[in-house]
Amino acid sequence: MSASVLGGTQLAATTENLSFFGNDVWWLILLKAVFCFAFAMLTVLFSIVWERKVVAWMQLRIGPNRHGPWGMLQSLADGVKLMLKEDITVKRADKVVFILAPIVAAIPAFMAFAVVPFGPADNEVSIFGQRTALQLTDLPIGLLYILATASVGIYGIVLAGWSSGSTYPLLGGLRASAQMISYEIAMGLSFAAVFLYSGSMSTSTIVGAQHNRWYVILLPVSFLVYICTMIGETNRAPFDMPESEGDLVGGFNTEYSSIKFALFMLAEYVNMVTVSAVATTIFLGGWRAPWPISTFWEGANHGWWPMLWFVVKVQLLLFFFIWLRGTLPRVRYDQLMKLGWKVLIPISMVWLMLVAAVRAMRNEGYDFSKIVLYIAGAVLVLLLISLLADLLRDREDKKKPGEGGLLAPPDRFDPMAGGYPVPPLPGQQVQRVPRRPSRAEPQLVGASGQDAPEQEKQEDGDA
Amino acid sequence: MNLSAAAHPGFLSPTGVEITFVLIGLATLGAALLTVTTRQLVHAALWLVVALGGLAVEYLLLTAEFIAWVQVLIYVGSVVVLLLFGLMLTKAPIGRSPDADSENRLVALGVALAAAAALVWVVVDAFRTTWVDLHGVAQGSSHATGESLFRHWVLPFEALSVLLLAALVGAIVLSRRDAGSPGGATTGAGSPADSATGKEQS
Repeated sequence: MSASVLGGTQLAATTENLSFFGNDVWWLILLKAVFCFAFAMLTVLFSIVWERKVVAWMQLRIGPNRHGPWGMLQSLADGVKLMLKEDITVKRADKVVFILAPIVAAIPAFMAFAVVPFGPADNEVSIFGQRTALQLTDLPIGLLYILATASVGIYGIVLAGWSSGSTYPLLGGLRASAQMISYEIAMGLSFAAVFLYSGSMSTSTIVGAQHNRWYVILLPVSFLVYICTMIGETNRAPFDMPESEGDLVGGFNTEYSSIKFALFMLAEYVNMVTVSAVATTIFLGGWRAPWPISTFWEGANHGWWPMLWFVVKVQLLLFFFIWLRGTLPRVRYDQLMKLGWKVLIPISMVWLMLVAAVRAMRNEGYDFSKIVLYIAGAVLVLLLISLLADLLRDREDKKKPGEGGLLAPPDRFDPMAGGYPVPPLPGQQVQRVPRRPSRAEPQLVGASGQDAPEQEKQEDGDA
Repeated sequence: MNLSAAAHPGFLSPTGVEITFVLIGLATLGAALLTVTTRQLVHAALWLVVALGGLAVEYLLLTAEFIAWVQVLIYVGSVVVLLLFGLMLTKAPIGRSPDADSENRLVALGVALAAAAALVWVVVDAFRTTWVDLHGVAQGSSHATGESLFRHWVLPFEALSVLLLAALVGAIVLSRRDAGSPGGATTGAGSPADSATGKEQS
């Protein structure tokens, strides 16, 4: 009974909250839209400089310091430089798709900002005499909208890779599509736990539901899964295989130059800002002031102050992105896929089941200690089962040493195994190729002989 | 929601919504036609994206925003991306593919018209006597959709998931390497790993 009453009040609260939106005057909506765009752009301009500075400090360099104070205008200068470069369209490219791809990549990245709340939802702020909320709009299904725009953004990268008519970009596009689709599943599952706890998919209601405890404390596993998937979704180091310059030249953007390349860079960084803003909104309390401040300062969560907390949290998450990039080496592609499909998705599935069980028990009216007992019991049983399975699997492996030997690479290295030139497998030794003796006559270094300079001249002439 | 909707009429008048609905319907139809007639493989997939996106806009115009965004998320965001992925694995050519025409246009047209007629007839017949209460709960919200899906239509929903499971099993069977082949490593040590490697190779 109490559960249904609770649900009823929650639903009422939701409707009440959402009714504030969609009532703004048209110029206010326009102003908010421009603000969202400008916020994303400025954060990108800042975060590029910040990234280069932070990575430079981590590597004991100085970083950009020529343009503006502390090099703060560096990314502006980079942008202008890119605009002035020659815009090349490759001859073998599919022209329409080639031009469309960077636009498709960039626009959805900005769109997600429409539902991100920068402040409380009850019309606390006055802009030119109009009382309004610091949020462009709020859909009842805001997080689904964010997921949908993120999935549309994949097209830009995939199509860029395909339409270039070149091998490396195609490989980059393939990697990007596989990676983003598989990480999107885990991302959706981590959102689902938040939906279960907040009882809503609207961003403002989710922030409102965190007034007591942030979801990062309540749902730590979801938060960790989301952090992993958001790095995979934005193709950032250490998950930046689609644009790994080591083996793919530059990945999907190899053939792009000038403003089109700038659009791809912009899309990547705006995506970073977007996923950070979403993480802040659903796990880190959104615009709410962090704990010690909110205890002694009543006004911290009212008026214009929430925007400050929001910006600080987003910047901290961006710093986390940069920190990861400065710290971790790029993972291998199969490791990435293994993490996505065999670790993140099963873990978030089990976690979602646990969260759903807790919610259901609370709805049924069980008290907290009983819930903890049941859940701990379930976790213990799961651990026991996985331990037993591990033990049994080990024994099976030990039973059949012959098969393990079959799977192991043969000792002799065959450089043309399977008809293609292949590198040696681990444990194999490459047979040393005997070196051809040098054809040039041995000569002394220095000015001991007279003919040495003459010979050098001859060689230069030949070259 | 309803109160706010009543207080704020929205940007389009009811007639405006209907006109937009028809225009977007025509655009969707055109994109669907181009999907099946274009000679360029990847362009066909892209026109399919336009058609599915047009459907999502139609749902939005009918105020079913949950269905609309799920349509974008599932069909535009996942299904067609997987389609493109498959096309690119088989070296999707840039430009026209001369073998993209199976020369069954008339038969295909007949099948398409018959399917469309059957669908229209079923939908019209099913909802001819159904009245939508415009002043009650919003019909397109996630709450209403979830309630009708998991209360009245649970059985078809579960049957659909069994269909998906069948597709999954079929994919694994297709991508599995033969147990009798010399390089086959199907020792039963880890079947997921085997199917994964099979997928990478196929």
